Amino acid sequence: MKFIEKYRDRESVQRCAAAIRATTTKDWKIMEVCGGQTNAIVRFGLDTLLPPGITLIHGPGCPVCVTPLELLDKAIAIAARPEVIFCSFGDMLRVPGSDGDLFGVKAKGGDVRMVYSPLDALKIAQDNPTKEVVFFAVGFETTAPGNALAISLAQKRNMKNFSVLVSHVLVPPAMEAILSGETNQVQAFLAAGHVCSVMGYHQYLPLTQRYKTPIVVTGFEPLDILQGILLCVRQLEAGKAEVENQYIRVVTEPGNKAAQELLKEVFQIASQKWRGIGSIAHSGFALRQAYADFDALNRFDLDISTVEESDICISGLVLQGERKPGDCPEFAKACGPDSPLGATMVSEEGACSAYYRYRRHSMERGE
Amino acid sequence: MCLAIPGRIIEIAAAQDDDSLLDCTGKVEFGGIIKEVSLALVPAAKVGDYVLIHAGVAINTVDEKEATETIDYIRQIEAMADTPDDRSDNDDNSAS
Repeated sequence: MKFIEKYRDRESVQRCAAAIRATTTKDWKIMEVCGGQTNAIVRFGLDTLLPPGITLIHGPGCPVCVTPLELLDKAIAIAARPEVIFCSFGDMLRVPGSDGDLFGVKAKGGDVRMVYSPLDALKIAQDNPTKEVVFFAVGFETTAPGNALAISLAQKRNMKNFSVLVSHVLVPPAMEAILSGETNQVQAFLAAGHVCSVMGYHQYLPLTQRYKTPIVVTGFEPLDILQGILLCVRQLEAGKAEVENQYIRVVTEPGNKAAQELLKEVFQIASQKWRGIGSIAHSGFALRQAYADFDALNRFDLDISTVEESDICISGLVLQGERKPGDCPEFAKACGPDSPLGATMVSEEGACSAYYRYRRHSMERGE
Repeated sequence: MCLAIPGRIIEIAAAQDDDSLLDCTGKVEFGGIIKEVSLALVPAAKVGDYVLIHAGVAINTVDEKEATETIDYIRQIEAMADTPDDRSDNDDNSAS
């Protein structure tokens, strides 16, 4: 878009960082919820522009990271079946299950295809009527409407060879789980802008009131993130706890009603397991009964035994903002993007992976 | 994963099917690249509008006026000139 350079403009970024420094008189801990924001913060070094009192805590907002291990194992088992074409977003393909990943299935001859859109998977199903086409429907509220659209179109077109393996996670319940934790350190949130673009931000009002925590809906460019931090700091310094919207160019309070109606039609809210964290009530989408025929778990008979996660890995604590990647003794040693021990190293948007890519060498130098 | 990119609608396909918005597609331009996307979730969008595309689906419209206002807001911040704590030693880390 034509505005992108302006949101990365050095002078504006410096000016906004200076405003944050001028506003900050106390120490504050702010969590950015979304992995895309974490990636931008580490990539552009935005945290290094902040005064020492402001600590950014990296949140759990990477759906690739938090997809449960047992579901990955099921995906891998389904993908290995000879009658299946398994379609997935690219970033799920190298996430390790208990024994290997989806790329490994492809290497052994499985028909695993990287798709850009759930609608591409639908097209593959139409073009391959003798195959079972399974789409790995992973993501937050940003991704869920497109997946709901594909499922709804499959039903409308009476497609019998298309199904989905669903692992949808919802952001507000995860934020509440963090805020209600006994060891919570988060004093303000940058909420995930694209999630709010779909869902609006009215659901955050009770959270700000109940936990006295400012929540600022924030975008993904450097200037967006710094402005989101500035708005958080202003509230914190003034003792306020309100919902504010930094990302006004794509987020409105009610969100996208058409998308929300489709979500409600196809999915119901259910408990969801988050890799590295555990089960959180009402934090996921499951297919409604009317769409149960499209549930890949009903279509294939799977016998899976899942091994336990590494007990060295601290990704659960990193996901909840209680530890930083560098606190882990195995960071960039036994654990790296090619051989991840846990959730936060498996995807580019995981905090450990972002630190590995952009901070590893400076961390080794002790900076 | 929640990466979404704004693009401008340059064409909306005529409905092939009378009963449903779900099939609505169109062509969207992203800085010279043109892609066909679903417009099912932005029923009010018109040719020329900016939409936010995620995984082949327009998930919302983008307000061009609001996009400029955010930038104007930053321009209005005058704190920098008055701030002694203008740490130029961070310049090297500001962007990549």
